[in-house]
Amino acid sequence: MRIIRYLFIVNFLLLSVWGIGQNIDLFSEQNNDQNPDIITGTFKSTRVVNGQSIENVGAGVLDFRISHRFGALSQGSYNLFGLDQATMRIGLDYGLASRLTVGIGRSTYQKQYDAFLKIKLLQQQDGLKFIPFGISYVASTMYKSLKNAPTTYNPYVSDKFSFAHQLIIASKINDYLSIQFSPTLVHYNLVDSAKIPNDFKSLGISSRIRISKRVNVTSEYFYRIDKLAGYYNPLSLGIDIETGGHVFQLHVSNSTGMTERTFINETSGSWAKGDLCFGFNITRAFTIRKPKELRDVKW
Amino acid sequence: MKSIIKSFCLIVFTAISMQSNAQKVFATKTGQLFFNASGGIEKIAAVNNQVDSKFGEATGQIIFGVLIKGFKFENQLMEDHFNENYMESSQFPKADFKGYIKNIKDIDFSKDGKYPANFDGTLTIHGVAQKVTTVGQVEVIQGKPIITGEFSVKIKDFGIKGLYIGEKIANEAKIRVNCKYQN
Repeated sequence: MRIIRYLFIVNFLLLSVWGIGQNIDLFSEQNNDQNPDIITGTFKSTRVVNGQSIENVGAGVLDFRISHRFGALSQGSYNLFGLDQATMRIGLDYGLASRLTVGIGRSTYQKQYDAFLKIKLLQQQDGLKFIPFGISYVASTMYKSLKNAPTTYNPYVSDKFSFAHQLIIASKINDYLSIQFSPTLVHYNLVDSAKIPNDFKSLGISSRIRISKRVNVTSEYFYRIDKLAGYYNPLSLGIDIETGGHVFQLHVSNSTGMTERTFINETSGSWAKGDLCFGFNITRAFTIRKPKELRDVKW
Repeated sequence: MKSIIKSFCLIVFTAISMQSNAQKVFATKTGQLFFNASGGIEKIAAVNNQVDSKFGEATGQIIFGVLIKGFKFENQLMEDHFNENYMESSQFPKADFKGYIKNIKDIDFSKDGKYPANFDGTLTIHGVAQKVTTVGQVEVIQGKPIITGEFSVKIKDFGIKGLYIGEKIANEAKIRVNCKYQN
C-alpha cells in the first residue's frame, strides 16, 4: 500500500510538472548552444607585403593581382628617387576550395615565372573550440628565365628552378592586432659555387595593426638564418586600404623581388643606405564559381 | 501487486495525455534567411542557412536567431567586409527576433493550407533593438508549418555605419525568411 501511495505522489508531481510545461516562455529560454566561431580577417589580403599571409582566396574566387615596385629612393633625383625604374609581378590566384588556393605569376624582375599552393591546415577558432592560432602551408616554385651571361657551363632547364616551403603560423589577437610567424626554407637547384649551400632557412615575422575600419598598417621582416653573402634581411612597412571591391596595399621595402627566393634571400637594398623602394599591390576579386548555398537562389 | 501495476499505468497514461495537452513547440535549426542590400549594379546579397527558430502554438511566441558569420556572400571579400566593417561580428555575433504571431488562433495546424500571419516583435541587429511589424505566411503541410515573410529594415537604424551605405549599399536591406519547422 505504501508503494501505491508513493506512486500517487509521483503522479501528482508529474502532473504539476506537465502543468508548468504547458506554457513555456520561449523568450526567457536560454540558448546555450556553443557554436564554432572561425576567426576570419587575420590579414586583409593574401599577401602581407611580399610574403604570403595566412589568408586564402575564397572558394571559387579568382583574385587578379598586380604588384608594382619602383626603384630605390637612394638613386637620387636623376631617376626621380626611383620612380623611373619599375618592376612588376602580375598574378592570378584561385580558390579551389575554401582552404586551398593555387596561384601563378610572372615577374619582370629576372623574368621569373612562379606558381604556388597554399593550404589552411588549422583554423584559428573561438567559441565551441578554442584554437588560438591558425597554421597554413605554402609551397612555391620559381623559374628564372633570365638568360645568364654566356659561360663555359651551359645550364639545364632544371638549374633555373628554385623552391620555397613555408609554414605560416598566425594569430588574430583582436580586431586591432594580428601577428604571424613564417619559418621558410628556400631551395636553389643551382648555386654559384660548391661552397654555397642549396638550402636557406629563414624566419618571417609579420604584423597587422588596425588604424581605422578601412586602414591597417602592416610590417614584414625576414630574419635569414642561412645567409647569401652581400644581401640584407628584407624589411617592409605597408598600409592596407580597403575599398569596396578591392584592397590597396602601399608600402616601402628594401627588396625589389616579389618571389620568396628573390625577396627573402636576394634583397640587395639596405635600409641604412636608403635603398627604399616604394611599391603597391592592387587586387580585384572575381567570383567564378558561386558558393553552393547561393547557386539556386532567386533574389 | 495488481494495484501497483494499475497505478503505474495511471501515471503513464496521465503523463501521456498531459503531454498532448502541453504547448506544442515547433522548431528548426536550418531555416533560411536572405538579405539583399544592393544599391547599385553590384549585388550585395547573402544567405544564411542556419537560422534557429522556434514558435509556440498556444502562445504565438516566435523567436529567430542567426549567427552573423553564417551569412554566405558570392564574394569572399564582401563577406569579410560585412563582418569586419559593417556588422562588427566579433562584437555582435548574433542577430535575433523575438515576437508574436498575433493571429496564431486563426491558424489550424491540423489542417493543410496557407494562412496569413501577422508578426509583431523586436529585431536586434548590431546590438540595437527595433520594433518590427510585418505580414507573412504560415503554410501547413501534413502538420508541419513553413513560415515565409519579407520585410525591410533601414540599415542606419541599427547603428551600422559605413562609407558606402546609400551608394553601393542600399539604405534599406530586404530581409526574407523561409523556415520549415519540425514538431
